[in-house]
Amino acid sequence: MRNLHATSRRELMLASGVLFAWAHLPKAARAEGRDPRFLVIVLRGALDGLAAVAPVGDPDYVPLRGDKVLRLDGQAPALPLDRLFALNPAMPNLHRLYRAGHASIVHAVATPYRERSHFDGQDVLESGLPAPGATDIGWLNRALSGLEPGGRVDPAKAFAVGPVTPLVVRGPAPVLSWTPPRLQPAGDDTLTRVLDLYRHTDAALAKALEERIGLAAIAGAGGMDPTRGAAQAAQPRPAAAPGAQQANQVRAYFAESVGSAAKFMARPDGPRVGALAFDGWDTHADEGAVAGRLAALLGALDGAIAAVETGMGPTWSDTIVAVVTEFGRTARINGTEGTDHGTATVALLAGGALKGGRVIADWPGLKTAQLRDQRDLKPTTDLRAVIKGLLRDHLRLPDQRLAAVFPDSAGAKPMTGLVAGV
Amino acid sequence: MAVSAGSDATTQAVFALHRFGLGPRAGSLASMGGDPRGALVADISRPRAAQITAPDLPTSAEAARAAFEFREQRRQQRLAARAEPDAARPTRPGRDAAAPAPGPSAAPAGRDDVAGNDMAGNDMASNNAARNDMANDAAASPPALAAGPRRARIDGVPPLPQQIFLREARARLDAALAADIGFAERLAWFWSNHFCISADKGPLRPVVGAYEREAIRPHVAGRFADMLQAVESHPGMLVYLDNARSIGPESIAGRNRGKGLNENLAREILELHTLGVRTVYTQTDVTRFAAVITGWTVVPPREPQGGAFIFNPRMHEPGAQTVLGKTYPDGELDQGKAVLATLARHPATARHVAAKLVRHFVSDEPVPALADKLAKRFMATDGDLKEVAIALVSAPEAWDTAHRKLKRPGEWIVAALRAVDVAPPEIGPVMQAQNLLGEPLWRPAAPKGFADEEATWIDGLAQRLDVSNELVRRFAGRVDPAAAVETALGPLASDETRTAIRRAESRPQALTLLLMAPEFQRR
Repeated sequence: MRNLHATSRRELMLASGVLFAWAHLPKAARAEGRDPRFLVIVLRGALDGLAAVAPVGDPDYVPLRGDKVLRLDGQAPALPLDRLFALNPAMPNLHRLYRAGHASIVHAVATPYRERSHFDGQDVLESGLPAPGATDIGWLNRALSGLEPGGRVDPAKAFAVGPVTPLVVRGPAPVLSWTPPRLQPAGDDTLTRVLDLYRHTDAALAKALEERIGLAAIAGAGGMDPTRGAAQAAQPRPAAAPGAQQANQVRAYFAESVGSAAKFMARPDGPRVGALAFDGWDTHADEGAVAGRLAALLGALDGAIAAVETGMGPTWSDTIVAVVTEFGRTARINGTEGTDHGTATVALLAGGALKGGRVIADWPGLKTAQLRDQRDLKPTTDLRAVIKGLLRDHLRLPDQRLAAVFPDSAGAKPMTGLVAGV
Repeated sequence: MAVSAGSDATTQAVFALHRFGLGPRAGSLASMGGDPRGALVADISRPRAAQITAPDLPTSAEAARAAFEFREQRRQQRLAARAEPDAARPTRPGRDAAAPAPGPSAAPAGRDDVAGNDMAGNDMASNNAARNDMANDAAASPPALAAGPRRARIDGVPPLPQQIFLREARARLDAALAADIGFAERLAWFWSNHFCISADKGPLRPVVGAYEREAIRPHVAGRFADMLQAVESHPGMLVYLDNARSIGPESIAGRNRGKGLNENLAREILELHTLGVRTVYTQTDVTRFAAVITGWTVVPPREPQGGAFIFNPRMHEPGAQTVLGKTYPDGELDQGKAVLATLARHPATARHVAAKLVRHFVSDEPVPALADKLAKRFMATDGDLKEVAIALVSAPEAWDTAHRKLKRPGEWIVAALRAVDVAPPEIGPVMQAQNLLGEPLWRPAAPKGFADEEATWIDGLAQRLDVSNELVRRFAGRVDPAAAVETALGPLASDETRTAIRRAESRPQALTLLLMAPEFQRR
């Protein structure tokens, strides 16, 4: 605490009543001369894995997604990863890292959760339990408890960014939390939902909100913008301005919060493990994978990953960032130019400690019969196997502890070969 | 959805908590029992209903003296600094010369607290009347000047007047969050707004909270006449509407200095506090009434009883005065008390108050049948405000849901905090939210107070979305939306609202949708 600068301290006080250093660290890894950093980014709302990492080499992809496909020869060409997959063009930093061997992508991955509720899906994703249910302990916190106590000289701390500590890091192991001075503004997704509710229930409120937003201007600008606060949306905006300034604002929020986290984690006395969450991925309508809302969000995420790389400095070589989401989205586009809740999706891994440059996928295919319930990308990899592989090979969590971190996960063997030099 | 006599008790109870109370919180449904009307009556029948017990809060006079001492110290420090040759710093030309005592120059933190003049910078019996005029003029500048957000001091604690202001605000918020039902609290807010003063006027920042506790709250379940006397003789009101320096032209002070009346308070008593605008009074009544209440002023803060009310006979216009056709013999302080007593039981006052209660609690559209009931009850009970409130919640018209109004910003913010069961660790974000939504606490732009009409507030709907987002993310990260919707709306929740909450992409978004739902925005 004493090392945090003054403005951060104020935010810390606001965010959490209980703040103290936590004295566990990945001792086994340190015995090897490594000092690993591990940052988990939770994307709330369910990321469309097929729009982030597109199977451009699968002949069934174009029929499935029609004019919403990413193309290697499009106006904004998708970034090639291997013979089957290409990355969304909004993510050039991740692509650069991938080519440098500092990023990997796991596709057709899912938690054990098979229903389609965000809340329950996020609980399973973050708790590490096989099914939803009341819990206040996340798998990352349990993993910390499984590490050997370290000495006073090298305290490590769990670290949470944002006013709401993500469940994944909550639990008995103390958590240091930090709230960025700026909060993520209420985005257009929330605004759209409120407006939709008003249109069905309260014409006067709907009219008031519409007038303040200047909906026509938004429609003329090519879709809803996920990045604007409602009050900013309330400012009159010329139809010609496609919200680039607001897109920059969400980019700035992502990069600032995660970049600050990286700087804290890079310090010799800083936390070794951290978690934060980004909202806004529930793209039911006007998904905009190539140029719209999802592209803007993926671009902001891409900037956040670059901010980690920058913020970590030399410790980037000891770093792994895992970007995970509660489930995927429907394989087909729905009637409102978006996608509904699905099952399998992608997990994005980045960091200098990775043996990267690979898309890891037991590809299930996209023919109707190959889809889960004839609608979702079928999961072929258990996300817990991926995380267990990282916890074991990166943080050096002992094998016998992994079972406690993810109860009832014997079927999900730790994935090997994710981490460099192991 | 209609909440009428036929609805079940639970629906009526939740509805009553929104319309007449401060919104449901965990357990408040149990407090309502099976008899929502009875629970509302019980809420205002409690001993000390609507009163705030906070022994560490200063009285208005103590606050005024403390603020004066604070400014004096600052002034001395600055004078000392100026005496050093290398300590030259910018000063505001002219002001120091014009106000050697506690003038505007004595407020280095003036943007935060006060315009700098002492509490009632009037001049009771002393002979240097000109001294504080400039300060008072500065204080009388439009409140809009200070309507913008006040910048918090980053380095260290805020100035003392602001500290007192924030402690008062905290006590008020705590009372609102602690209330089981909040009907008495809502009535306290109503009367505080009816008889509003503003922290943006002169030295009133440290006094506004105490004013509400001293002049308003003890009488919320008492008599209108008593509240009226308490309000119009309170130093906060006397300074706010300039009566503290109103001088009878024929009084000793008036003859000595050629000073005269200030009609501000007299006019607003007739127009806003009692009879109502364009009713039964004339400009002559205003002038005569202003003469009646000359001498109602405040002890200068440097004196032992500083900041307290005092009747100063040297400022009082001598002689009988005729107001509204009735002649009041010269009885010094009693002359004004007698006029107020007459005003308090005037039928026009009853009608004014009744219509305003209906507009606030029920509908922007007049509901003549309901207003008549309340006015009659007011007259029949000699202005017993508890009886008037009981008449309000006993009338079927008050439970009509045809017109459900948007909650005012302050009501909505408190309802939101109650719904998610959060007492914010700091008052700052709550104050900022109220500022953003256009209802800064204890800082109305004019003596009329904040408006009750929905049209005033509906344009702030987009800002409410941002406030919801911020409140939820700062304070309610772990709240279960499914439980919150049952607490906050229960049977009032529409299927559409329930579906939207269930389908939200995250719990924080679900809670934001709950707080933005029409059933939650309206009451």
